[in-house]
Amino acid sequence: MPDFEPKIVAFVCNWCTYAGADLTGTSRMKYSPQVSIIRFPCTGRIDFMLLLKAFASGADGIIVSGCHPNDCHYSSGNFHARRRWIIFRGLLDFLGIDVRRVQFSWYGRWGRSRATSACAAWA
Amino acid sequence: MARIGVFICHCGENISATVDVGKVAEAAARIPGVAHSVDYKYMCSDPGQQMVQNAIREKNLTGVVVAACSPRMHEPTFRRACAAAGLNPFLCEMANIREHCSWVHEKGDATTEKAIDIVRTLVAKVKKNKALQPIKVPVTKVAMVIGGGIAGIQASLDIANAGHRVILVEREPSIGGHMSQLSETFPTLDCSQCILTPRMVEVAQHANITLHTYSELESLEGFIGNFKARIRKKARSLDEKLCTGCGLCAQKCPTRRIASEFDAGLGLRPAIYVPFPQAVPNKPVIDREHCTYYLKGKCRLCEKVCPTQAIRFDQEDEIVEVDVGAVVLATGFDIKHSDFFPEYGYGKHKDVIDGLQFERLASASGPTLGEMRRPSDGKVPETVVFVACAGSRDPAKGIEYCSKICCMYTAKHAMLYKHKVHHGKPYVFYMDIRAGGKMYEEFVRRAMEEDGVQYVRGRVSRIFERNGKLVVKGADTLLGARPMEIEADMVVLATAGVAQAGAEELAQKLHVSYDAHKFYAEAHPKLRPVETNTAGIFLAGACQAPKDIPESVAQASGAAAKVAALFSQAELVREPLIAVVDRQAPPLYSSCVGCFLCQSACPYQAIEKEEIRGRDGQLLKTVAKVNPGLCQGCGTCVAFCRTKSIDIQGFSHEQVHAEVLALLNRGDRDA
Ligand SMILES: Cc1cc2nc3c(=O)[nH]c(=O)nc-3n(C[C@H](O)[C@H](O)[C@H](O)COP(=O)(O)OP(=O)(O)OC[C@H]3O[C@@H](n4cnc5c(N)ncnc54)[C@H](O)[C@@H]3O)c2cc1C
Ligand code: SF4
Repeated sequence: MPDFEPKIVAFVCNWCTYAGADLTGTSRMKYSPQVSIIRFPCTGRIDFMLLLKAFASGADGIIVSGCHPNDCHYSSGNFHARRRWIIFRGLLDFLGIDVRRVQFSWYGRWGRSRATSACAAWA
Repeated sequence: MARIGVFICHCGENISATVDVGKVAEAAARIPGVAHSVDYKYMCSDPGQQMVQNAIREKNLTGVVVAACSPRMHEPTFRRACAAAGLNPFLCEMANIREHCSWVHEKGDATTEKAIDIVRTLVAKVKKNKALQPIKVPVTKVAMVIGGGIAGIQASLDIANAGHRVILVEREPSIGGHMSQLSETFPTLDCSQCILTPRMVEVAQHANITLHTYSELESLEGFIGNFKARIRKKARSLDEKLCTGCGLCAQKCPTRRIASEFDAGLGLRPAIYVPFPQAVPNKPVIDREHCTYYLKGKCRLCEKVCPTQAIRFDQEDEIVEVDVGAVVLATGFDIKHSDFFPEYGYGKHKDVIDGLQFERLASASGPTLGEMRRPSDGKVPETVVFVACAGSRDPAKGIEYCSKICCMYTAKHAMLYKHKVHHGKPYVFYMDIRAGGKMYEEFVRRAMEEDGVQYVRGRVSRIFERNGKLVVKGADTLLGARPMEIEADMVVLATAGVAQAGAEELAQKLHVSYDAHKFYAEAHPKLRPVETNTAGIFLAGACQAPKDIPESVAQASGAAAKVAALFSQAELVREPLIAVVDRQAPPLYSSCVGCFLCQSACPYQAIEKEEIRGRDGQLLKTVAKVNPGLCQGCGTCVAFCRTKSIDIQGFSHEQVHAEVLALLNRGDRDA
């Protein structure tokens, strides 16, 4: 499917990844316009039912991204998100949604170039 | 019925060059609930803000979306503009179509479509926004400064002189930091100790400053204006009140062959010691790792000679708890040592030294009392090679950045050497000379022209020993890469400046961000250089990046000014983006079932139990309640709650759901 244009939603935390995405812009790095960003205070805030809602509404891929382990602005939200993610993977599998459609990642404030390449690899 | 205004900014050409802003405005006008949609060249300008305010009044708007730069830039601007026009500021949202769209994608339909998607998403969100009132919190007007180098000293004095109390926490037995180790300083060659020690004494004597040396931060909780810090005062093995600093203990201590940290390993010190004569406080510590008594259970000589019986072998670490309103991080930097360089002998040649070791050799208080004698045999070195950029600007070594201070101190070192050994031959291998700064270029010129320092442009590939000499192999790239070989008596590596040991752990205790090299990250690289991303925590000195003394001092005064500004307020106004528990009319009162999962998830202990009682006082229900003073708005509780009874203002279930649906529902754009 060469002209398949996946719609990718990125659920990001305000501190590391949103700021990182801002810096990507300031530095004029490029990534695919198929990726759109929704801001949360922390990955710990992300209710994973939202991910299901996003899939049900037509998202092709989802990125969940927050601060590195131990670097969470709120100390532990990213760990809660990780634990939730581990359980959620099982549910996705059960529902028949390929777990590879969700990328769970930690990106530091300056590490957005890595996120960019991750998006590029995706799209 | 919602009446939303959408304001699309061109940002000069920053947005309009890749996004068709006219088309975005047209598409926005068709979104249900949008009552007004315009585009304009600079929304943040006065006329731009005026447009927003006029529209609020004339069209009776119930919400505003400004599609422009990141909310991290201008959200406060537009929220203030809305408030001035009588709209609750929390009914204004920003759609980031610059950093997240126009700057990261090429010009084209897909980019314009993404901008429309972003606007639609934020329109959907703002429709669910609620008018919120800011929260007021008190401010504890005490600052904690962590790190007592020149930056921490300057920040402490400035805050203290502004009339506020300061708690200065220093890890080592004395304050002073790296500056206390330096001999003379560029670009004036004034003696480092002579300009530093008066400041150190001032800290010790200042009525507003409490000094904790040999201490480290154990933990920090709370938020701007209201932090709680726990400080570990490591056991000095000494009753500081009794000790007069006479120094007899250090004279008599039989365990004397310990490498002195202050002399960068070139000198020796006893197990009970004061790091240097001008130390503040001038009170010794016992190094328990080396002390004979702690190792073998016998000795206690210092106890016997101490005229005031101040030695306490059984002293334990003490934890001090303090309330502070602001924190200044000034933990400084470190340098790589010669063992980092396999090509220069892994530190096995005694006469290949680093810059700090050279400072100690050149210092009158150093192990050679200021005479230029090399470490291996004490001979006066006739030929000295200085290697700039040792490790810096070298991706292969993992350090891509320029350490900034070494060009200058290398010129200084070559000069100091020449001033001490008049017939000596100094060579400097360099890549570029970076001497930006007042009187800096002139200083380097002086080294070359007046002191005859030979500058060779090129990298040193290897250093090895041959017939008692250190052979330095390199190439002169200004002479067509002609290979060069110099037989030197001593080599000084201007090694890379790196983050302080433990910088990462400390950042994690404070929840501040740091870069890939563990230097602390400023909130904005240009406009907020002394703040961190965590409100109430500020940066000063080389902990942010390698810096020289003038820059460290300037930043420290900047951080102090920020703290003073914070403390000039009686109350702080905080954004009300916090969690709230659902409350409703009887008979339910609240959908909360009292499982208190949120309580265990909350990192701030902000969830309390609330008892709901009937008119006759009998207990009807126990539900969760958020303490608005403690809640920081992370929202972890929201994702935990099984009955969706706790929600976070500004990122509510309704809001984020609406966003996801709007983003993915391409339907109403085509309509
Ligand atoms: C070889 C050499 C020569 C130099 N020559 C010059 C010169 O001639 N002129 C010039 O302008 N600059 C010079 N500099 C640069 C100068 O040393 C720095 O600009 C200056 O020391 C930075 O001050 P600071 O307070 O930020 O950091 P530091 O001096 O590193 O002080 C940091 C302090 O924080 C303490 N600390 C660290 N971690 C913790 C913690 N977790 N808890 C509590 N305390 C902690 C440390 O013990 C230290 O006391 C030179 C540097 C080097 C390496
Ligand atoms: S007890 Fe320790 S510090 Fe005291 S004199 Fe003996 S070795 Fe030195």
